[in-house]
Amino acid sequence: MIGSDFVLHRPDALEDAVRLRAELGEDAVLYAGGTELLLVLKLGVIDVEHLIDLKRCGLGGIERTADAVRIGSTTTHREIERDPVVAAHVPALSALARNVANVRVRSAGTLGGNLAFAEPHADPPALLAALDARVELAGPAGRRSLTIEEFLLDAFETALEPDEIMTAVTIPLAEDGVRATYRKIAILERPTVGVAVAGRLEGGRFAAAPAVVVGAVDERPIRVEAGMLAGASPDDEDAVAALAAAARDAVDPVDDLSGSADYKRHLTEVLTRRTVRELARSEGAA
Amino acid sequence: MSTETSTTITTRINGREQSLRVDNADLLLDVLRDMGLRGAKASCEMEVCGACTVQLDGLPVSACTTLAVELDGRSVETIEHLDAGGEMHPVQEAFLRHSALQCGFCTPGMVMSVKALLEVDPDPSREDVVHWLEGSICRCTGYATIIDAALDAAEAMRGV
Repeated sequence: MIGSDFVLHRPDALEDAVRLRAELGEDAVLYAGGTELLLVLKLGVIDVEHLIDLKRCGLGGIERTADAVRIGSTTTHREIERDPVVAAHVPALSALARNVANVRVRSAGTLGGNLAFAEPHADPPALLAALDARVELAGPAGRRSLTIEEFLLDAFETALEPDEIMTAVTIPLAEDGVRATYRKIAILERPTVGVAVAGRLEGGRFAAAPAVVVGAVDERPIRVEAGMLAGASPDDEDAVAALAAAARDAVDPVDDLSGSADYKRHLTEVLTRRTVRELARSEGAA
Repeated sequence: MSTETSTTITTRINGREQSLRVDNADLLLDVLRDMGLRGAKASCEMEVCGACTVQLDGLPVSACTTLAVELDGRSVETIEHLDAGGEMHPVQEAFLRHSALQCGFCTPGMVMSVKALLEVDPDPSREDVVHWLEGSICRCTGYATIIDAALDAAEAMRGV
């Protein structure tokens, strides 16, 4: 059970949710799938006086805009996994969503909730960062959009202001030839290490340095400088080994239940190498 | 602005429409068990093990980490409803045929999870079943017979 009583607000429009949030300030917590929030409420880590349920505000659903795939913030992992627009334009995200936690979490948990909770051991941030996705926020002063790295400030800390609500995540449509892939190693249900690679291949070689992002190891996703891969084939062992070593050196892990710091550094190196190799075998667009 | 810490909801529980008043802080699992629906178990209480699995609008959820108020306007089905017509559900029959249970603690969750799978994918591969059941833990480690039972139930339900 949850130890503290709370008032539940279920606004049916975004403007009402924004107004409630502005009125209640830090007494209110935003709620969607609850897969993260209810765990901490049950543990008594936080007490909440007001919960604002965002699931009736019309923030779900996925659409293709002129230049992006736009995923509403209360869209569940399972909806993303099964969505034909995501499958056509961002297949790496379909695959990622299919492997978040377990089917019960995927049925209830939302992409917006996953990002806003900012638990470092999460799958989406690394891939979304590699794909240059943006987070759309709405507040009394209007709307703004941030990159994933601007949004995720630290463990359990984001740039979301106390009067703002996340409305969507947008992923720019990839250029022809761009491929992306995400792999993880999970000791428990959450990833211990996740690596995302996105890059454009021309004649079997990277046209430019790919985006390489390591997730779940540090408090925030870590972008790895991958210039050594520009012009190289994903099967170029020396270039890939140099990238993997750079990834290992870029992370700053701590010992925790998902592994020791040394182990996570080792996994980062191995998984980076494997993820680049897999990219060569992956299909078509990002 | 509301100041109430409880909510009146309209829901369908195991096929029966009803209105009830729940505390906002009530968890679905506690409400179900207080009604005598005790097939779903509290076990890990962190969405990892699957022992509390029920179907909410057809999809499997962890009742231990779902607010009871989420039932509002929705339908929930628990293991107790499966033989309500006097006959066991094909998934239950398949579990029996394959002896897909040992201590039985995880069984209600396993059966509900398999039933949910077959409702969205009537013809899953063995790999699909394994993937769906990741996060459904049998500490007796009887996974092979559970997977066999799921595939057999799928065939039975397709009339193969």
